[in-house]
Amino acid sequence: MSQRSNRNAHRRKINSSGRPWSVVADLGLLKHSGGEMPKIIAQTGDDAVAEAMRQINPDVVVAYPITPQTEIVQYFSEFVAQGKVKTEFNCVESEHSAMSACIGASAAGGRVMTATSSQGLAYMWEVVYIAASYRLPIVMPVVNRALSGPINIHCDHSDTMGARDSGWIQIFSENVQESYDNTIQAVRIAEHKGVLLPVMVTLDGFIISHAMERFEMLDDEIVQRFIGEYKSEHSLLNTGHPVTYGPLQLFDYYMEQKRQQHEVMKFVPGVVLEVAKDFEKVSKRKYGLFEEYKMDDADFGIVVLGSTAGTAKTVVDKLRDDGLRVGLLKVRLFRPFPAAEIANSLSHLKAVAVLDRSDTFGGLGGPLFEEVCASLFNYQFPEGLRIPVVNYIYGLGGRDINLDHIKKVYADLSEIVQTGKIKELVQYLGVRE
Amino acid sequence: MQSNGLMKKLEENKMPEEKGWKDMPRGGMILEPGNARKYETGSWRTLKPVMDPNKCIHCMFCWIYCPESAIIVKDKKMSGFDLEHCKGCGICAKECPKEAIEMLIEEK
Repeated sequence: MSQRSNRNAHRRKINSSGRPWSVVADLGLLKHSGGEMPKIIAQTGDDAVAEAMRQINPDVVVAYPITPQTEIVQYFSEFVAQGKVKTEFNCVESEHSAMSACIGASAAGGRVMTATSSQGLAYMWEVVYIAASYRLPIVMPVVNRALSGPINIHCDHSDTMGARDSGWIQIFSENVQESYDNTIQAVRIAEHKGVLLPVMVTLDGFIISHAMERFEMLDDEIVQRFIGEYKSEHSLLNTGHPVTYGPLQLFDYYMEQKRQQHEVMKFVPGVVLEVAKDFEKVSKRKYGLFEEYKMDDADFGIVVLGSTAGTAKTVVDKLRDDGLRVGLLKVRLFRPFPAAEIANSLSHLKAVAVLDRSDTFGGLGGPLFEEVCASLFNYQFPEGLRIPVVNYIYGLGGRDINLDHIKKVYADLSEIVQTGKIKELVQYLGVRE
Repeated sequence: MQSNGLMKKLEENKMPEEKGWKDMPRGGMILEPGNARKYETGSWRTLKPVMDPNKCIHCMFCWIYCPESAIIVKDKKMSGFDLEHCKGCGICAKECPKEAIEMLIEEK
């Protein structure tokens, strides 16, 4: 347990509304289609995700605490204690057990959630793959934290990147609002009849999970209506129609099942867009497979995941004030990776930089870089055209990335276009030499 | 799930005739209860149980212990082995209080 630390020495007092430190404002102008008003609240990412879980009201939540995910489950456990959810809430002795219990509960037909971070995700590894292969629609917020070693509790994406090939859907969030919105949408995506896959919703450790931001919380009833009822097609508890989950499959069937998993991923982007469209109706917030920020007339673009997109957008605005045509692409859906759509979005640029918050150590570059390169490689460019793409590994173990770092990236891209030369294909950003 | 037929196909370098990925239940689920019966494990056997009817007292110990439900019972009496499923593990012979079951080398 030395790898875990609980920062909750100061347990917060609960006020009468049940939500500590919450600042609730009445926003008369923004009315939802149903006539209900959105609550505008200042909350941390963990708090917002816990609120989303309360509104989802899953049948079963099984979890083990790990910084910086701890507060999600802690706040949720308060809702359980207050009787605000009907969830069967289980505290188990490890993440391996947490995911195992989630698999059992999901196979039994329940709507099931858990949450984890870093070593916790690493520890539940083998069962993470099993959840996907059984096609169980478990939703799991993952608060991104660097993997050990050396031991570290702060943000990078090495944890979820390690699980990128596990068969789970992975959705990244930029801020508190997106963490909340993505958690709710994930339920619909996971449980879609044509999908039935587990979903990870990621939020950057501490940067989002522990930073308080303004966010709009939907009405409880709207969330319930949006996610609808979950009815499992094959419940283990249905003794009238007994089924077996996870039988042994050797050289006779294993490959066919993997082929199914390969195929279902192709169906996911369409569902993600369909769910986003419905979500926009109730929230007035637009989501896609990725977000294009000032890309239409851009010469240079940065591709990024998570909270760094916010920092980078500020830089884009500043450089645009100086007359530079720069843009940004923030990937929301990382698994399945919308390769063709992203290549298409980048295809008019003169140079691209991909920012990775994790390394692959011996791979071509960071995991996002490899995806972007592969996507562009297969894009049908006009004859002879090839866009230079470079990679920056940044922010490992919570290292800050600031405006100047990102300005440097855009300056490098400008230089690459001017000189026609790439000095360094992959480099570390914000590291001491 | 694999059958002797499949093994033969694989030996002949042919694609097995089992269901393709489009026809397989989602996630490899088995939707038909009790179909393990169709999986004949008898081919695994190297030793075959043989019962001496003169020694057997029909105590049903073998029936209780057999992991493959391969003890055939008729009229409350132990009346032989289901050799399509018996793997030849020898548990019945080990547990028989009257040493009425002997494990013999399987011959074709």
